[in-house]
Amino acid sequence: MMSEAVAQPARRLRRQNFAQRLFAEYGQELVVLAAIAVLFVVVTLVNPRFVNPNNLVTIFSGNAYIAVAAIGMAMVIMTGNIDVSVGALIGVLATIAGTLAVSGYPIWVALVAPMFVGMAINAVIGVLVAYARIPAIVVTLGALSILRGGLISVTGGTWITDLPPDFLIAQKRFLSVPVPLLFMIVLTVLAFLWMRYTAFGRSIYAIGGNREAAVATGIPVERRLVTVFAIHGAFAGIAAILFATQLQVIQSTVPPNLELTIITATVIGGVSILGGSGTVIGSTLATILFATIGSALIFVNVSAYWLRAVIGLLILATVLADMWRRHGRNGAAA
Amino acid sequence: MSMKGMSKSFVGIKVLKDVDFDVRQGEVHALLGENGAGKSTLIKMLAGLYKPDTGTIVVDGEEQKFASTSDATSAGIATVYQELLLFPELTVAENVFLGNYPRKAGGWIDWATVRARTRDLLDQLDSHDLDVDTKVLNLSVAQRQRVEIAKALSKNARILIMDEPTASLVESDVQRLMEVVTQLRDRGVGIVYVSHRMPEIFALADRVTVLRDGTHVGTRDIGDVDEQQLVSMMVGRSIESLFPKADAEIGETVLEVRNLNHGRHVRDISFSLRRGEILGIAGLVGSGRTELALTLFGMTPATSGEIVLEGEPVHIASPRQARDLGIAYVPEDRGLQGLVKPMAIRKNVSMAIIEKLSSGIFIRADAEAKITRDAIERFGIRSRNIDQAVGELSGGNQQKVVIAKWLATNPKVLILDEPTRGVDVGAKAEIHSIMGELVKQGVAIIMISSELPEVLGMSDRVLVMNSGEVTDVIDRSKASPERVGAAMTAHRLEETA
Repeated sequence: MMSEAVAQPARRLRRQNFAQRLFAEYGQELVVLAAIAVLFVVVTLVNPRFVNPNNLVTIFSGNAYIAVAAIGMAMVIMTGNIDVSVGALIGVLATIAGTLAVSGYPIWVALVAPMFVGMAINAVIGVLVAYARIPAIVVTLGALSILRGGLISVTGGTWITDLPPDFLIAQKRFLSVPVPLLFMIVLTVLAFLWMRYTAFGRSIYAIGGNREAAVATGIPVERRLVTVFAIHGAFAGIAAILFATQLQVIQSTVPPNLELTIITATVIGGVSILGGSGTVIGSTLATILFATIGSALIFVNVSAYWLRAVIGLLILATVLADMWRRHGRNGAAA
Repeated sequence: MSMKGMSKSFVGIKVLKDVDFDVRQGEVHALLGENGAGKSTLIKMLAGLYKPDTGTIVVDGEEQKFASTSDATSAGIATVYQELLLFPELTVAENVFLGNYPRKAGGWIDWATVRARTRDLLDQLDSHDLDVDTKVLNLSVAQRQRVEIAKALSKNARILIMDEPTASLVESDVQRLMEVVTQLRDRGVGIVYVSHRMPEIFALADRVTVLRDGTHVGTRDIGDVDEQQLVSMMVGRSIESLFPKADAEIGETVLEVRNLNHGRHVRDISFSLRRGEILGIAGLVGSGRTELALTLFGMTPATSGEIVLEGEPVHIASPRQARDLGIAYVPEDRGLQGLVKPMAIRKNVSMAIIEKLSSGIFIRADAEAKITRDAIERFGIRSRNIDQAVGELSGGNQQKVVIAKWLATNPKVLILDEPTRGVDVGAKAEIHSIMGELVKQGVAIIMISSELPEVLGMSDRVLVMNSGEVTDVIDRSKASPERVGAAMTAHRLEETA
């Protein structure tokens, strides 16, 4: 009696072709990639100097630290949480790195310390979120105030100057590729593979998709959340180094709304703000898209103030698309 | 009221094809069909929630075009949905007249009338025990449902649509609901009654319409059909027997529970379970059945008592430990605790064994795909491919995915909490036969069910609970609806039967 029921679905079970699967799984990433391509073609037609190699390096290199921070952010958001303190954290970590570098510590200590400090700070945030069950937005808003306030109080707003040349790795090239670009690409690919092909990565998606079900399936949800926040802290540390070593000085501030830019890149890259889906490739592509838009506006002579408005529109469009896709997947119609 | 030639497509897929349906005054017209047959779509069009692509709705000889639910309401059509739509923080009376409050001069709400008329409506439903000033959050599911019906009546509904009204009710409340429905019918209300449950349909309905795959299979007077015929109309094939209890060899004791406690709902519970055995757990909602399962599975770890698994005393503090010890739990609410709906079937099926499926740090994709394909074939999961999101599947197929996920762990003890709730007749029979197959392989099953025929039909022994305690343990040969029913409300069992 089972056999009749079984024969039918087996026959209907077909494998999708490559293009279908690609689009079903990476729809948002492809859309962002297409947007970047279109933008490049259009702006180059208007102003050919746009594709000048120097300009491209500036665009990508200067924003690579945002993409690196967005990788960690993507993981956090995939679990259904958020971190609004990462901008302030990057500021603090950059200052720590700079201070160590000018205080006579070995260069490698100054370069590696921010990663570990970032991990430690975010592990505390993770414990408060996972075990004390305080919503991440509340914990990280608190962290934002503490980090930002602490930074200003300690540094008094002074700049760190006279940085040793060896410290300024963001200005170096490795095999003629600018170091920030290298970090962005390698970390994105590694994080992507790790999220997609390991049991750990899978559990992140499961926790974000349905925490209750993840618990009931034996996934150690609390431990995973702390780990994800800690990893996010490590990425913030790397981002801080790339940010701090761009110039000859370290200011005790980061660009305004840095955390929002990072969160926005993540969301536009296809990571659902509700958790459970998206990839780090998407967040990196979205960072590139922002950088391209910002630079393009200058090249076609439009006020840079429009950048915010354009990004705002992108956010709304992305969230609508996400809700629409979610609706379909959750099987709204009976 | 009649509907003619109703069709509806969603994103290019026709879910309803040219369906006719009608209800007369003072009749109960049952609407039957497997999940995904188009019942919900049909009633949502009648309720003004969906706009039909083609087709006309005629009420009292007048053609209607419903642009919204309020159009349907003013045409005299009201709906009581499966998931009740009440505001828990408001009182019964506030809920009943919400959006429709009678006013005094100056636009002030006339609370005295609201309360008096609510009282009156509830009395008409024989619900004299319901206080109009209680907040809805304090009410049971059955009571909330009566508030919903009162709300429908407050709008002078002449046609009442009831979408699986008994799906979440216990046996005694079902009886009461059926009386209410009969009364409404006698007062001339036309009732569209959507249900999976055959006994109710035969007790209540005057006529029955069957849908299958979005098409109208037939409409019959209830006197002209029997259960077998209706089932075969629904599934398009005949079901040999509704509860195919397979005879399995019952082996040694796998699980022994002694004096287990957790909170108010698990009190001093002792029982044992043997290989190849199905232990049914019966009890009213709130009797502690699910809580017992959650305690065994480590979600709410026991505060005292002993669990002995294959002769070894074990301490279970988390679902992870329970899983690794060979205990699996298919939860009551598959959407809440069973599945990650936006995720692919493949990823859901492998979720409980994902660490074992990895070599080095990477998941072995081929092994994962194979396990999923095997599960799809073995359980007859109707799906496009292994990468389809689970949320897109019908209820019965989702349930099979949850079962597949847990069977991948090769459990010794499988706890099934309401395994066939909200699934259609065909899938239900398939799930029962999967259970039969499992006990033959020596798995021990604990099955919690609110459906008495299912408990009696599938179990080797029935354990009955009330108020967190075991009130009776009955062998299959001695289990009768009367004895189980009596034990559901009895006090604790003094000596083990």
